[in-house]
Amino acid sequence: MAEFKEISPDAPLGQKALNWVDNRFPLSKLFNEHMAEYYAPKNFNWWYIFGSLALLVLVIQIVTGIFLVMHYKPDATTAFASVEYIMRDVPWGWLIRYMHSTGASAFFVVVYLHMYRGLIYGSYRKPRELVWVFGCAIFLVLMAEAFMGYLLPWGQMSYWGAQVIVNLFSAIPFVGPDLALLIRGDFVVGDATLNRFFSFHVIAVPLVLLGLVVAHIIALHEVGSNNPDGVEIKATKDDKGIPLDGIPFHPYYSVHDIFGVSLFLMVFSAIVFFAPEFGGYFLEYNNFIPADPLVTPLHIAPVWYFTPFYSMLRAITSEMMYALIACVLLGALLGVVKARLNMVMKGAVVGSAVVLVALMLAIDAKFWGVVAMGGAVVILFFLPWLDNSPVKSIRYRPSWNKWLYLVFVINFLILGYLGVQPPSPVGERVSQVGTLFYFGFFLLMPWWSRLGEFKPVPSRVTFHPH
Amino acid sequence: MKKILMGFALALGLSGSVLAAGGGFPLDKAPNRTNDMAALQNGAKLFVNYCLSCHSAAFMRYNRLRDIGLNDKQIAENLTFATDKIGDTMKSAIDPRQAKAWFGANPPDLTVIARSRSSHAGTGADYIYTLLRTYYRDESKPTGWNNMVFPNIGMPNPLWQLQGERKPVHEKVESHGHEVELLKGWEQVKPGTLSAAEYDQNVGDLVAYLQWMSEPAQNSRVRIGVWVLLFLSVFTLVAWRLNASYWKDVK
Repeated sequence: MAEFKEISPDAPLGQKALNWVDNRFPLSKLFNEHMAEYYAPKNFNWWYIFGSLALLVLVIQIVTGIFLVMHYKPDATTAFASVEYIMRDVPWGWLIRYMHSTGASAFFVVVYLHMYRGLIYGSYRKPRELVWVFGCAIFLVLMAEAFMGYLLPWGQMSYWGAQVIVNLFSAIPFVGPDLALLIRGDFVVGDATLNRFFSFHVIAVPLVLLGLVVAHIIALHEVGSNNPDGVEIKATKDDKGIPLDGIPFHPYYSVHDIFGVSLFLMVFSAIVFFAPEFGGYFLEYNNFIPADPLVTPLHIAPVWYFTPFYSMLRAITSEMMYALIACVLLGALLGVVKARLNMVMKGAVVGSAVVLVALMLAIDAKFWGVVAMGGAVVILFFLPWLDNSPVKSIRYRPSWNKWLYLVFVINFLILGYLGVQPPSPVGERVSQVGTLFYFGFFLLMPWWSRLGEFKPVPSRVTFHPH
Repeated sequence: MKKILMGFALALGLSGSVLAAGGGFPLDKAPNRTNDMAALQNGAKLFVNYCLSCHSAAFMRYNRLRDIGLNDKQIAENLTFATDKIGDTMKSAIDPRQAKAWFGANPPDLTVIARSRSSHAGTGADYIYTLLRTYYRDESKPTGWNNMVFPNIGMPNPLWQLQGERKPVHEKVESHGHEVELLKGWEQVKPGTLSAAEYDQNVGDLVAYLQWMSEPAQNSRVRIGVWVLLFLSVFTLVAWRLNASYWKDVK
C-alpha cells in the first residue's frame, strides 16, 4: 500500500482534490503508467493509428447502440417497423442508426488494417504473443457481435443470412442438428431467435468484448509496443531507465491520435451523411424488405466483412475434398521423409493422416467447409508460433516477402469479392485456389519464413524528425 | 506493380459487367426531383389517388407531408381519405385476404420500396420509373396486363386511365447467330387522358415522391453533412498544427 501523502494546506484546490483521490484510488498512478509515462517508440508510422481508431469505433457503437435500444423492439412482428420508426419519428434517429450501421463496417475496416499492421511488422512475436492472441479473440467475438446484430433489423437479408449461417452448424456430425436448434430456439429462424440474438448482441457479447479489449491493452502496456523496425526499444535505456527511442504516449501520441481521429471522422461522416448505404454494401438493399420466411431471396450474401471467409466456405466442394486429401497425404509424406522425428512420432504422423483422410471421405464436404471457415480465423491465433523468421519486421526480411504479402492481400480481397457474387464455375475455381493459398501461407510459414537473405537489423529505430 | 493492380481491376470489372448483362430489362434513369416541392406534392397526390387504395405506406405518417411544403389543413382536406387523423400512418383499406385472391399476392408496403428495389442495375427509383412506363396489354394474363421489367406482374396497370393501352413493337435482330427479339418502340392502342410526354412527367413526380418517402430525412442529411465536414476540416487543420508543434521537439 502506498504511503498516505500529506499536502500543504496552501495548495490550490485542484491539487488538494487530486491528492485526496490519489490517497484513495491510484488515479495519477494509472494515468502515468498508461499515458504520461508510457513510453512508445517514436518511429510509429500511419499504420499505428488503427488501434486507437478501433477503440473510438467501439465507443461510437456502444453509445449509438444505447440510444437505438431505447427505441428498438426485439419482436418479430414489430422489429422492422421499429427500425423505420427510428429512421422517421425519433429525433435524429436516422443519424444514430446510420452511425451504428456505418460503424459496424468501419469497425471491420480498421480492425483488418490493424491486424495487417501486426502481420507485416511482426507485432505478434515474442514477447507479444498474448497481445496478439487477445486481439484474435477480439476479432472472433466481433464477428459474432456483428452477425447477431445484423439479424435485428429483421429484413430479408437479416433473416436469410442468419438462416444460412445457423444451418451451417447442423452440418457438424452427431450434435449439429441439435446445436442449430439450440442457437435458433426454434426449427426456423423466428421470434425466439431474434430475442436471444438481441440479448447476446446488447449484453453478453459486448461484455466479453470489453473484457478482451482491457486484457489486450493491459498486455500491450506490460510489454510495450512494437514498431515498424521491429527493434525492442527497451534494450537501449538512458540512466533513468527510460528507453532512448521512447517518447511519452501523452502528449505525443495523444495529439497524433487526435489528428488521426479527425481524418477518420471526415471519412466516416462523409459515408454517414452522403452514402449511408454505401452502394448496397453497408446497408443491403434487400434488407429494406421485411423478413418473410416464405420467400427466399434469389441471392443470399453475407455483409462484405464476412465474405472472404464465406468464399472459403463455398470453396469446399466434394471435388475440392480430393485436393485437400492430396494435401494431407503430401504433408504426411514430407513429415515422414524430411522431418527429424523418431519412429514413434513418424508412426503417429502417418496414423493421424490416415484417420483424417478417412474422416474427410466419410463426412460431407459441407462440414469441412464450416471447418475451413472457422479454421481461417482460428489459424490466426497460432501465428506467433508459425513464424520462424529471425527478424520481426518486413523491412529486414528478404525482398520477395513483400511480394508474398501483397499476393496475400490481393488474394484476400478476391476472396471477399467472390463472396459477394452469386456462385459461378470460374469463381468457384478461383476461390478454391485462393483458399489453398490462404491456408498455405500460414501452414507453410514455419518453412518459408526461414528462407532467403535477411537484412541486418539496426540496434536503434530509424527515425527522421518531421 | 501498377500494371498488376490494373489487370486485377480489369478482370474484376469485366466479370462484373458480364454478370450484370445477364440481368433483366435495361432501366431508364429516373429524374431526380426529391428537392422539387411542386413535383413532390403532385407525386403525393398521385400516390394517394392511385396507389394507396391497395398499397400501404405503413411507416409513413400523413403529417410528415409538411416536409414537402403542405400544411396540416391541406393534408387533412386533400390527402387523408383512409383516416381522419393526420398523425396516422398511410394504411390502405384493402383486405389482405381479398387482395391475395385478386392478385395472387399481397400488395407490398410502399414506404421504403424505392430503397428495397435498388440493385446494381440502377436505383429503386429507376426501377419503378421504368416499371410504370412499360406496361402493355396481354390477354393471356389473368389481369389482362403484363410488364417488361416485371414479367407476369400481379398488379394490372394502376395508371391505365392516364396512360391508355399500349403494345410493344418488336423487331427481330440477328445477333451472334441467334435471332433475338428486341423492343423497337410502343404502339398506342387506346389513348389515355395524358400524352406520352405528360405521362412520363407525372410518373417522374410519383417516383420522386416514393423516393422521398423512402427516407424523408435524405435531403436534410446531405445539408447537415456539408456543415459537419466543414467543421471537421477546420478541426483537422487545428489538430494537424497542434500535432506538428508538439512533434517538433522529438529529435
